[in-house]
Amino acid sequence: MHTLLRTPLHGRHVAAGARMVPFAGWEMPVQYEGVIPEHRAVRGDCGVFDVSHMGQFHVEGPNAHELLQSLLSNDLDKIGDGEAQYTLLTNERGGIVDDLIAYRIDPYHYLVVVNAGNRDAAHAWMKEREIRGSEVRDASEEYALLAVQGPRSIERLGLPEAKPFTHVMGAIDGVEVMVNRTGYTGELGVELMCAAEDAVALWDAVVARGAVPCGLGARDTLRLEVCYPLHGNDITQETDAISAGLGWTCALGKDFSGAERLREIKAAGPERKLVAFVMEEKAVPRQGMPIAGGGEVTSGTHSPMLDKGIGMGYVPAAAAGPGKELTIDVRGKERRATVVPKPIYKREES
Amino acid sequence: MAAAEEYPEGLKYHREHDWARIEGDEATLGVTWFAQDALGELVHFEAPSEGGSTTKDSTYGEVESVKAVSDVIAPLSGEILEVNQKVVDAPETVNEDPYGEGWLVRIRLSDPAEVDSLLERDAYKQHLAEQ
Repeated sequence: MHTLLRTPLHGRHVAAGARMVPFAGWEMPVQYEGVIPEHRAVRGDCGVFDVSHMGQFHVEGPNAHELLQSLLSNDLDKIGDGEAQYTLLTNERGGIVDDLIAYRIDPYHYLVVVNAGNRDAAHAWMKEREIRGSEVRDASEEYALLAVQGPRSIERLGLPEAKPFTHVMGAIDGVEVMVNRTGYTGELGVELMCAAEDAVALWDAVVARGAVPCGLGARDTLRLEVCYPLHGNDITQETDAISAGLGWTCALGKDFSGAERLREIKAAGPERKLVAFVMEEKAVPRQGMPIAGGGEVTSGTHSPMLDKGIGMGYVPAAAAGPGKELTIDVRGKERRATVVPKPIYKREES
Repeated sequence: MAAAEEYPEGLKYHREHDWARIEGDEATLGVTWFAQDALGELVHFEAPSEGGSTTKDSTYGEVESVKAVSDVIAPLSGEILEVNQKVVDAPETVNEDPYGEGWLVRIRLSDPAEVDSLLERDAYKQHLAEQ
């Protein structure tokens, strides 16, 4: 019997009537009122997600920067203190051990936030490759993380405007937090990191300010509408960044694990590509469904904003252009879809 | 808005969380409050063809939410007279009114004796309590 881990907000979720499900070894809320109203709250106003299951590593020491430059695909020389970067932890084959965000505190101290399901693998991978003058420490138990997302999130939290992918220490109603201008919804918003013992006070403060509690169900529909990949679905140890359309996160001019293989794939052109598609017929695509011609759906759902089935999947490169028609095998029935540019959903310019 | 939990008297229930309203040699079929609540907001009803048939205890369609898909099991055998187009167009109707506007199909019974094997309300509620 495997015991599921609980975040410091477990009691709040249960009290709010959330439906709890196992996810990556954690017992997490999948929904409170419902996926669709929660999704709409984030697109239209402001929602809050407990993402305390995610992992936080401190990477410290005089050679912390050098260590991360050798392990992560993106170029950390592009960011300064108080900035953050989306990047990949890659293996020697160019496969993706995890996708993560690195927050630069100073040149000798980075905070790295990894996926819950990859926490142990990512930690072991980095720990084994430590160099003299660098230390990787898994501090996940010490923190809670709340994602507050939506067009009114900043206003509701009473925060000043700031550039995306920056961070600063601050406070929300007396709770000390690291305010990170990052997220997984395609909306304006922040991820607030606080001490685990302050999680309940922060959650209550954010909810009192009008953020709608949202579960992992809405988190998935929101990220898929804007085509943010999910590790384990769209990207894995067996898929490479070039085929996944994440070449922009790979500084191929520097050396890091798998860089040589990624240069080869880029030079030859990937055989298959991760595309976004919209269903042309009523059907909901799901992970694992075959795409005619040698492809497979890696993520699929019903888009609350488009009111249509949407998804991402790998298809042969020749079938990967926007406008190309796909045929998806939906439990034995052929259903038509069209490849669309990413993101699938774009906010209307106001 | 989701409906409140309810299992009306007068309907016949199937263990797989379907209901039947018997009207002479015809029946209207749907899924119970429990089924729609377990799935969440429905976004798709994969409906059978009118003129096709249902076979007791076999799948005749699929209902799908953002998160999951579920087969719909026929409580009774018969010929499909009508598919509820309102549910095809607006599947959330099932969540709003599972026993009324959210019915799925209407059938002509091919074996009316099958009705005797279905559960009355109290027996179905007992079955739910044992889940």
